[in-house]
Amino acid sequence: MPTNNEIAVKTKDLTRKFGRFVAVNSVSMEVHRGEIFGFLGANGAGKTTVIRVLCGLLQPSAGSATVADLDVYSQSEQIKHKIGYMSQRFSLYEDLTVEENIEFYGGIYGLTKGQIRNKEEQIFTSFGLGPYGHSLTASLPLGFKQRLALGCAILHDPPILFLDEPTSGVDPKARREFWDIIHQTSEEGTTVLVTTHFMEEAEYCHRVLIMDAGRIIAIDTPHNLKKLHQKDSVQDVFVTLVRRELEGRKEADASYV
Amino acid sequence: MNAIEIRNFRKHYGAIEAVKGVSLSVRQGEMFGLIGPDGAGKTTLMRAICTLLVPDEGTILVQSHDVKTDIMAIRALLGYMPQRFSLYQDLSVEQNLRFFADLFGVSQEEREKRTEQLYRFSRLAPFKKRKAGALSGGMKQKLALSCALIHTPQVLVLDEPTTGVDPVSREEFWDILRSIQREGTTIFVSTAYLDEADKCDRVALMHQGEIAAVGSPSEVRGTFDQPLYQVSGRDVRALRHFFAALPRVRSTQLFGDSVHVVFDQEPMDSEWQEWRRDSHEDLERWSLQSPSMEDVFFEFIARKR
Repeated sequence: MPTNNEIAVKTKDLTRKFGRFVAVNSVSMEVHRGEIFGFLGANGAGKTTVIRVLCGLLQPSAGSATVADLDVYSQSEQIKHKIGYMSQRFSLYEDLTVEENIEFYGGIYGLTKGQIRNKEEQIFTSFGLGPYGHSLTASLPLGFKQRLALGCAILHDPPILFLDEPTSGVDPKARREFWDIIHQTSEEGTTVLVTTHFMEEAEYCHRVLIMDAGRIIAIDTPHNLKKLHQKDSVQDVFVTLVRRELEGRKEADASYV
Repeated sequence: MNAIEIRNFRKHYGAIEAVKGVSLSVRQGEMFGLIGPDGAGKTTLMRAICTLLVPDEGTILVQSHDVKTDIMAIRALLGYMPQRFSLYQDLSVEQNLRFFADLFGVSQEEREKRTEQLYRFSRLAPFKKRKAGALSGGMKQKLALSCALIHTPQVLVLDEPTTGVDPVSREEFWDILRSIQREGTTIFVSTAYLDEADKCDRVALMHQGEIAAVGSPSEVRGTFDQPLYQVSGRDVRALRHFFAALPRVRSTQLFGDSVHVVFDQEPMDSEWQEWRRDSHEDLERWSLQSPSMEDVFFEFIARKR
């Protein structure tokens, strides 16, 4: 559970356009320190764009956003030291061993040899990667590659972690094991912002946000969302809310076809 | 004649035995699902059916054609969507669809009808002029799927087609699959979303290179013969740890806001009351649960160890 009311991430009327297309439309939200905050939405709803803005990879078109009290417009370089980022297609060097990948990424983050060794031990123990230390990354099962990618994303002990569909294509067992690791990380005080299309994973978040066509259509705890919409699962809440938005837009869409 | 006939198929990669003597029949016009943990050999099996790798041992027939010798005949009647499908990044959405339609020799009339249907599922119509390279990850996946579905092959092989696709689009995607099935196409599909396995006529569970179970979804679920309870309370993670430590418990899994607990034998009422006290009232509700495909999946993985 969130340890306090400290704000880790805050946006106000955050907007990002690509040409005339409004990918993110006036999004305002606050994420607390230590919170696991889920981003849900249909494909193309704008989740990844919000995350890229918050990671300092994209400039907003309008509105404001701070990450660890740093401004995304003027302090994007400092932000990169405060965050870890793991995307849908994580970038590991397949032809390096597990150890070599950790050493390589540790080097990028400017860690000393001793620090890298400490982190390596920590990752091996808590992520169960120990037996694979000398294995080629290419030979790892997908679930273990994904753990290694997470390990590499948190080598520099970032207070805020962005996970963009980290469990995409991973089997049900490995998905649950990965979420055990996410919870462990959050209990140590790390703030986690995570996108997913697995609605049972949404249930594991402290709070979730549902986006549609660049806007927030719901933001609350899974428990409150289910209660408010009288549904048994976040999956049912999601499908109902997103379908309702789609119906509303149908006529507008029809004019394109 | 079965659409796909697999007899004692084996495949090694160096010292690793990826598939260990699999036999499987997929009937004409069937929607057949393949599930299993990562590294179970699912993709190897699918690639062999698609003539993309040669079996070390055994036979695979697709519409009676042998994958070893009748490669061109099989490729003419089969559609395949691999996990990473290549789109033309610098072509627009509609140009990609048009390109694949032409490639598969789809008539104009058929193409227009199918394109409209595919736009409904993918909701890509507003983006049809956008270059594929500029789509979001999930939208790319939906376009790739649309390109694979633009023609109507006799046999369609789909390797985890809905990975990264949102829940609403997944439902619509399955509606399209069903309409393709109604046209007579046999569909062989793998998935990491086990709710999708329930939408198949039959399903095979693959584990460590072998078929662990095969049958209709209800038959496969029927192999689960242990008492399964859904329990919930204030803190489900704590509850899971609590139950995992009990000697009579075979396994525990988180399922959203509840825990599924599998017992060796049916617990007694007095035991539930005892557990409620021992968990410091964390345990609030419990009920006997019929197993989902995911429960079966976990049970098979556990049995093998």
